[in-house]
Amino acid sequence: MPFVRLLSAALLFVTLLAAPARADDAAFSAALSGLAAEGFAEKAAAAERVAATGDARALPVLQAMEAGTLFVRKDDNKVVTGAVNGREVTLTDPLTGATLGTVASRDLTKITVNNALRSAISAAVGRLDLTSPDPARRLAAVESMARNATPETAAKLRDALARETDASVKLVIARAFARAALASPDAAERLKAVEELSAVQTAETRTLVAPLAKDPDAQVRAAAEALVAAIERREMLTAGALTLFQGLSLGSVLLLAAVGLAITFGVMGVINMAHGEMIMLGAYTAFVVQEAFRAFLPPGVFGLYLIVSIPAAFLVAGAVGVALERGIIRFLYGRPLETMLATWGISLMLQQVVRSIFGAPNKEVANPAWMTGAWEALPGLVLTWNRIAIVVFALAVIGALAATLRYTSLGLQMRAVTQNRSMAASMGIRTGWVDALTFGLGSGIAGVAGVALSQVGNVSPNLGQGYIVDSFMVVVFGGVGSLWGVLAGALSLGVVNKILEPYAGAMLGKILVLVFIILFIQKRPRGLFALKGRAAEA
Amino acid sequence: MGIKALAMKGMVAGCALAAGLFATAAMAADPIKIGVLHSLSGTMAISETTLKDTVLMMVDDINKKGGLLGRKVEAVVVDPASNWPLFAEKARELLQKEKVAAVFGCWTSVSRKSVLPVFEELNGMLFYPVQYEGEESSRNVFYTGAAPNQQAIPAVDYLMGKDGGEAKRWVLAGTDYVYPRTTNKILEAYLISKGVPKDDIMINYTPFGHADWQTIVADIKKFASAGKKTAVVSTINGDANVPFYKELANQGIKATDIPVVAFSVGEEELAGIDTKNLVGHLAAWNYFQSVDSAENDAFIKQWKTFIKNDKRVTNDPMEATYIGFKMWTQAVAQAGTTDVDAVRQAMYGQKVRSPSGYDIAMNTNHHLSKPVMIGEIQANGQFQIVNQTKAAIKADAWSPFIPESAKLTADWTFPWVCGNCAEPKYGKLK
Amino acid sequence: MGPLTSRLLALESRRGWSVFMGLLVVAAGLVPVLHLATPPDSVFHVPAYMVSLLGKYLCYALLALSLDLVWGYAGALSLGHGAFFALGGYCMGMHLMRQIGTRGVYGNASLPDFMVFLNWKELPWYWWGFDNPVWTLLMVVAVPGLLAFVMGWFAFRSRINGVYFSIITQAMTFALMLAFFRNEMGFGGNNGLTDFKDVLGFPMQATGTRVGLYVASALLLAAGYLAARFIVSSKLGRVLMAIRDAESRVRFLGYDVTAAKLFVFTVSAVLAGLAGALYVPQVGIINPSEFSAANSIEVAIWVAVGGRGTLVGSILGAFTVNGAKSYFTGAAPEIWLFFLGGLFILVTLFMPKGLMGLAGQLKARIKKGGVPVAQNRNA
Repeated sequence: MPFVRLLSAALLFVTLLAAPARADDAAFSAALSGLAAEGFAEKAAAAERVAATGDARALPVLQAMEAGTLFVRKDDNKVVTGAVNGREVTLTDPLTGATLGTVASRDLTKITVNNALRSAISAAVGRLDLTSPDPARRLAAVESMARNATPETAAKLRDALARETDASVKLVIARAFARAALASPDAAERLKAVEELSAVQTAETRTLVAPLAKDPDAQVRAAAEALVAAIERREMLTAGALTLFQGLSLGSVLLLAAVGLAITFGVMGVINMAHGEMIMLGAYTAFVVQEAFRAFLPPGVFGLYLIVSIPAAFLVAGAVGVALERGIIRFLYGRPLETMLATWGISLMLQQVVRSIFGAPNKEVANPAWMTGAWEALPGLVLTWNRIAIVVFALAVIGALAATLRYTSLGLQMRAVTQNRSMAASMGIRTGWVDALTFGLGSGIAGVAGVALSQVGNVSPNLGQGYIVDSFMVVVFGGVGSLWGVLAGALSLGVVNKILEPYAGAMLGKILVLVFIILFIQKRPRGLFALKGRAAEA
Repeated sequence: MGIKALAMKGMVAGCALAAGLFATAAMAADPIKIGVLHSLSGTMAISETTLKDTVLMMVDDINKKGGLLGRKVEAVVVDPASNWPLFAEKARELLQKEKVAAVFGCWTSVSRKSVLPVFEELNGMLFYPVQYEGEESSRNVFYTGAAPNQQAIPAVDYLMGKDGGEAKRWVLAGTDYVYPRTTNKILEAYLISKGVPKDDIMINYTPFGHADWQTIVADIKKFASAGKKTAVVSTINGDANVPFYKELANQGIKATDIPVVAFSVGEEELAGIDTKNLVGHLAAWNYFQSVDSAENDAFIKQWKTFIKNDKRVTNDPMEATYIGFKMWTQAVAQAGTTDVDAVRQAMYGQKVRSPSGYDIAMNTNHHLSKPVMIGEIQANGQFQIVNQTKAAIKADAWSPFIPESAKLTADWTFPWVCGNCAEPKYGKLK
Repeated sequence: MGPLTSRLLALESRRGWSVFMGLLVVAAGLVPVLHLATPPDSVFHVPAYMVSLLGKYLCYALLALSLDLVWGYAGALSLGHGAFFALGGYCMGMHLMRQIGTRGVYGNASLPDFMVFLNWKELPWYWWGFDNPVWTLLMVVAVPGLLAFVMGWFAFRSRINGVYFSIITQAMTFALMLAFFRNEMGFGGNNGLTDFKDVLGFPMQATGTRVGLYVASALLLAAGYLAARFIVSSKLGRVLMAIRDAESRVRFLGYDVTAAKLFVFTVSAVLAGLAGALYVPQVGIINPSEFSAANSIEVAIWVAVGGRGTLVGSILGAFTVNGAKSYFTGAAPEIWLFFLGGLFILVTLFMPKGLMGLAGQLKARIKKGGVPVAQNRNA
């Protein structure tokens, strides 16, 4: 098509005349329009080209593409960035930065990305970041490039190393070269590389160095073997620490699930089959509070919803608990097995109530930002924030509960009523009132546990059913009526479970723990921490 | 759901009234009863309640359009309460006491296995709308969900391909029951046939409702640190998915590093998870809510209007229910009767333009030909389709990757007339 | 008349015997006759689904009866009785699986379908002998009996009672459930055992087989009832009731509490196992969810609703609760849990002695004219 060629030549001529900056414009614009291609591979190539222009406008475009806010306007096939607001999109021209007005999302085609493309973009963005003034960005860029090393990136890295001023970035680049030098034909180079890498004792290094244990050069072989052994030692330690943490974290979940029951069942002797539903009510309270935050408060304070949920869940579950105690359970004291039946009935009804109000499907309860992600305590020892928070929270809850029982007058009255009801009554304690508050306290704590458990698991009407058997096991194993028993019981069961899991598998591990509990109770029928005296015989 | 039920009743009554005003005496004939056998309480209520509502929506729709064969369609809803023997009891009640023309129901394989003898004994007709392990073809069941070759194998192909990141090492993680066991067995055979060494395949099973994924996610990370691109194929079921994905997100497993492709996670499951940190993980289905087709727009609109909640999503089993119901109504209209034997014959080759945008056809092995779509999770809880088959793929009732099953054929037309035969029943008839 | 016969005859009063025989005739005789001999559109016709439903209830009733024996009379509430029922069921299920022979989908004579499918090469050793109905019957009795004996021996020897006993039996059934869910166990995992073809040579789907199983259940329940009545009216029964009311005192008086409880617990487990064995062919499936803790709790609820420690009450309770469940899950599928949950609460609050105590309560109410408020406050 000579005409088109002529036209584009003319256009080119005009642009060339206009200014040198416009020449960049043409190249950038051409690269940009390539992003609208059909296949992911073509799009990846186009993204490479966009990055290769080195244009300052490339970075925001690629970032928009990665975030899924890059569109093609259906009218003129122009690539634009957009801010999505419901069904409307406010467009910006990536070339000029000018606002192009607001259109309906129907008029746009989203430039879709998949995982492979996302990796390609982040590598391209990385290369752009290589020249960023921020050392942290440079570090991330270098790390990403080192991971997807090609001869071409090696050259880029060499340049970067020459320019680099920041020590930690320099180190990372040096190590990237060391990794490459492991395959060098020169034994001295290899040895140097192994030595350099001995500072980076990660699984990745082990994979890289392990083949050198068969190196023809004895020195290299020895160094490589020593390094692999060191890494394996470290891995064993981190694995041990990780198992311990996982066990404590599982133990805290069990502890939270059981601690309310330690009051209603352990202290009051009510076989409370509706305990799980109190946990569920707490989790749903968290959901409602979260939705309220989303609907009425600015997104900035969203992370606080969890903090607000805790007292709210305590009040909701506690109030339900008090109502149940006054309405039903108080008529059944002294008939523990009948309370079991009544509370089972309550549990069925509560499940159905929640199902009727919220529907049967799971509800989404998001981790607030401060609870997402993980903390890499040591290389390979990754502790997730939500689990850390739960461990801390569980300990705080049991501490608070112990303090309540020990230091408050309600706690004193509760202990008095449990130990000798008629004596307590004759001392002027309103035993009925204390019963209601005790049951409310146990239920409230279960509700608080529900808030925490919503952060690691499902929020559905069946939530409570999943915890009820475990909770009873923990309380009985720890010793009915003993808070410390529950603490020790929950944590030890958690750790034992996690130690067994890698060998026996998740299923068999759990079975073994149950068998262990059965056998343990044969030996110590009153659990780990048995109450002594008359109360225990009742 | 008391109010909703009341509203439902009101709506049905309204329909009846409207029908009474406009229709002739034929409409006054007894309604055609269909059974809805989905758990509304217990562990499976999470998933199955939606399907009950979908059937009710379809019934409502057809009654608004004047019913079927000039008669009203009436749904008989029962609650088998996620209790497998109760499924069999309720199936018998629906067929013998209520005399329903067809039953739409079941989710788990065990519930289907539990009702199967009842349907075969009483010659009922069951529409089963969920992806499952295959290895079955009953004369009395139409399977409208995916068989393993309509989900698992295309998904693995995608991940092995350039677009999917060329995975070389595989983790097959599943809940310990028959669907994951079969799927993983098929996949293992398939991967080995593609030259993946056995050491590069890790298989892991967990109990139902498994809640503590720390160890397994850490193991996956360790397995993936061997330097080869690793992908996870998840056949983890229902409830266990939420804690699994939460753990994945928090341990920082990015889809660009270790993509997880799931076969039991759809829009409805994602509605219970915060997906911001899961972008890029995948699922394989025959339908996604994000499909761009006129049928799908109408389907979504119909659903949101019916359920009176703009936030509710649609998913693959709902679409399968839709297809099953449409096909059944077409077959009944074609046969001119609700008689099971006549309708069954009319079902073969029946075509429905489904929300997925494809023409879906019923095969003589009682399974469908459906397209396979691979979607990546987006931050808004929807899937973005990154790959789909050009044409619909025919379901294999019997997998060629399981030696014992490779010998069997399911074909309910002459000369086979059999769900699990090595040779045609009427082969010697010449 | 031998001494045993006279002991047996003394189990019930003359009126008791006539009621018992009357009910037995209705249950085992009239229902099948009405099912088989009346035309389907007759008012008196008992439809087929009703026969299998009633058959199922009869098995549940026997299970409830067996729990009442340990809970109502020996005071030990087992929350693991579902496990014995399920074990009996699995034994029967294994037999029925072996009866399928080459009629499975893969046509393999020596292996059940699920094993073929999971690449098992040969039958595991514990499946040995289940081709044989006599061996199966032996196992139906022996497996739950042995498990109960071992559990009971450990528990009663260490004087575990009350809630602790309930919890460890619950742990037992929960552990068994997890174990049976494992596909490696060779019991079919979650899908369990299903797709049975015939029982003792009679095709499963035939009307005759269904009626036969129904009658067998009725007769077994009657026999179970008489056996339980025999135990509780014997000297041992009185010791058991004494244990229930004051275990330590009985021990101090020199009775062997452990042996007495162990005996009744084992017998009860055997009855539960037999109930399970008859249950499986009637519902056509056995699966690990029968082991779930909730199922065992439900059995305790049947007994409580009917009236604990009365034997008859447990049967009544099983029929009432299951009948209500069947009815409401069909009639009010969205809200039936409210009815069921409400029933449990009302029964415990206002009928502390269950349905069996209702007559007495009403009498007392007429006499006093007051409202029967449940007794409260612990002793």
